[in-house]
Parts: sequence; structure tokens; C-alpha cells
Amino acid sequence: MSPLAKLFEAALFAATRPLTLEELATLDPEVGEAETRAALAELREAWGEGSEDHGVELVDIAGGWQFLTRREYAEPIERAQFALRPRHLSPAALETLAIIAYRQPVGRLEVDEIRGVDSQAVLDRLVERGLIEIISRGEGLGRPLLYGTTPQFLEILGLKGLDQLPRLDELSVALRPPAPAQPE
Amino acid sequence: MSASPSPLLPTPTHPVLPEQGGFVVELEQFSGPLDLLLHLIREDELDITDLPIAQIADQFLAVISDLGLNQAADYLEMAARLLRIKAQLLLPRRLGDDEWEDPRSELVRRLLEYQQIRELVDWLQRAATRRSEQLARGYTPPAPELPPAPLEIELNDLLAAAERVIALIPEPMLHRVVPRPLDVEGATARIQALLAAREEFGWSDLVGARPSVAEVLSAFISLLELAKRGVLRLAQPDPFAPMVIRRESAREAV
Repeated sequence: MSPLAKLFEAALFAATRPLTLEELATLDPEVGEAETRAALAELREAWGEGSEDHGVELVDIAGGWQFLTRREYAEPIERAQFALRPRHLSPAALETLAIIAYRQPVGRLEVDEIRGVDSQAVLDRLVERGLIEIISRGEGLGRPLLYGTTPQFLEILGLKGLDQLPRLDELSVALRPPAPAQPE
Repeated sequence: MSASPSPLLPTPTHPVLPEQGGFVVELEQFSGPLDLLLHLIREDELDITDLPIAQIADQFLAVISDLGLNQAADYLEMAARLLRIKAQLLLPRRLGDDEWEDPRSELVRRLLEYQQIRELVDWLQRAATRRSEQLARGYTPPAPELPPAPLEIELNDLLAAAERVIALIPEPMLHRVVPRPLDVEGATARIQALLAAREEFGWSDLVGARPSVAEVLSAFISLLELAKRGVLRLAQPDPFAPMVIRRESAREAV
């Protein structure tokens, strides 16, 4: 393996979150983009998903790269209590995440309206967990806070990007164009 | 579209309606009134786009009727909405009225929208579960919640603990005497001493250059009281000018 690939390998091993190609490139200011890509390709060759040689694999996730244990080992590792799987999200949290993922940037009122319940507490918890963040303020009364998803949201779902979410017209519920708000 | 039962929701395993009485617990598995409504619609295999509002409203009300008001605001709002739609449907309308808009359409739109969200929730759930089969480095698990330790205690320890708790209970407070920093009597004595010596004196003669709030209040109350009794006369030559206290000689003479 090339020295650059080994440097990347070390950084990816040390990091606790996915590192993007741009972040890896900052490790050595001397190298250009082509070398960076070549080094990453080397690593993927050695550690890529589906390579049978190792217990961990290099996974393309949340716009970056991260070493994760292979699926078949989660259970024994957990049984031995060397690590724990993350907590499951509540249905309320997932509903709120789904709405934000598809409508971002979106304010609390719209989330409340779609869910039919007050969502402030759920929003606060999701911000606390780093799964959503305030990305801007809306026009209109009180300039409401608008929320969007974070890379960590993609990370806990194992997604490369938001475009991996299902398209709405693929769902079994027919996609209906959002009707104009009707007077109450 | 049909409203055939779909595997969208972690559908409650117990039917909700027949179990009157246990609804507070039952309701916790619904994330809101729309969720409950969707459940009822699926349960009865109703057509979501042609909702029998009267039937669904009655069922909805039956389910939430046992709830405490404070936790059911969102459900009550939905109940009110259902009843209004029910009433609107009862209003007569002219035949061939093109302007007529189905009062259910807004609710149906929201239900379909919500149903779509529930389907996305299932998708996200599956993605999260699949992701959790792979462990990342540096994951520090949240401290597991420990079950409370089984209670093992000697009788003497229990009695000692009870005594400690009882000792902490304060004696009932029936009356509290608040010390009063005001010294009206002292101020009155000072004023009378000053009046005995002089016909007239100023405010600062009475309270000094830097009086405390209590001193000012005491002196002022005392002055007002003495003025009322006719012992002295208060005057202020100009706005914001220092007050002048003068002996009321006429009355004093009496």
C-alpha cells in the first residue's frame, strides 16, 4: 500500500465519524486530487464492502468513509458487551425526522400540522442528538426557525446521501401534490 | 386507493375499541390523533377517500372519552374537527351546486399525507436497524438504566431512617414575627427634640446626609403623623426643593 493510503487508513481508523474525501485530502497538503482518489481506491480495494479478508470494512456513508464492523460480528460483540448498538429512535422522533428530511428547510408549525401534535419537545431532542439542526429562519411572522437534517442523520441510517431516501412516488401511498392550504 | 389493512404501522396487537377502560395506556402507542384515526380506518377497512364521518367521529370520541383533558388536547381538537365536518355534511345543499366542496377533503388530504409519513417511518426504521448491525469505532454507549436494587433492610435501619425523616419535618409554623426595621418612635423623638430647639428645620437636619431607606421611611411616616396631629407644618417652597418642617405654634399653644 502507498504511504498516502496508509496515512488515510490511520486517520479513518482514528476518526469516530465518517471522513469525506476533502477531509482526507487535508492530511497531506502536498498531494493533489488524483493522488487522493488513487489512495482511497487502494484502501477500498483492501477494505471495501464485500472484501472477505477482514472483520471490518470501509463503508461509503453520510458523504464520507468510515470503518465499520461487518454485519455478522455485531451479535457476538454485543453479547460480550464490548460495544452496544445505538438506541432505537421513538416513532415520534422518526416521524419528525421523515418530515424534516423531505421538507427541509421546514419549521415547527409545518411539522405540527403534518403530525397533528405539538412537536417542539421532539425537535429539541433531535437537535440535542445532532440529527437535525437549525439551518435558517423563515419569512413571515416571528421569523420561525427552520430545521434540516445533519450528516449524523445519514450516518445513523447508513445512507450515503439524502438522495438514497425513497422517492415519494415509490411509496405505496399515492403521491398527491401538496394541496394549497385551505381556509379553516 | 383502497384502505385495505397495510403493514405500515406497528399495528397495535390489541383491538382498541372493545377494551374500554384501559385507553390511557392504549393511547400511548399512537403518536397522535391522526395515527389513531388511521388505525380506526384500517380496523374497519374503510375507504379513506370516502370516510363515513359520523361513524369514525363516534368511534374516535369513544376512544378518547376516558382520557384526562390535559394530555388529550390534540385528540380533543381532532374530535372537534370531526364533529364539525359531521355537522357540515348534514347541511342541505342544492343539487348541481358546483361550488360545493366536500368538507372532508382537508381531513382526507391530511390523513393521506400522514399515511405517507408513516410509510417513511417504516423505511427509516428498517434503515436504522440495518445500520445498527455494523458497529463504528468510538461509540460510547449511553449508561444503561440500572434497575432499582432489591430492597434489603433491617427493621432497626428502617426505624432509624423513619426517625431521620420525621426529624426533618419542620414544626408547623403558626405565626412568624417579622422584625420591623422602621423606627417611627425614634424618628418622632428626634423631630420633637429638633422642634423644641428650633422653630424651623430642614429635611436633611432630620435624617442626615445619607439616610437609609428605613430611616427615610421612618422619618416620613413620623412627620405625616405629627402633621396630622397638628404638631408641625410641612412645606416645600419649590418643586424638588428640600422639605421645611416648621413648628405649629398656634396649636402648640393650645
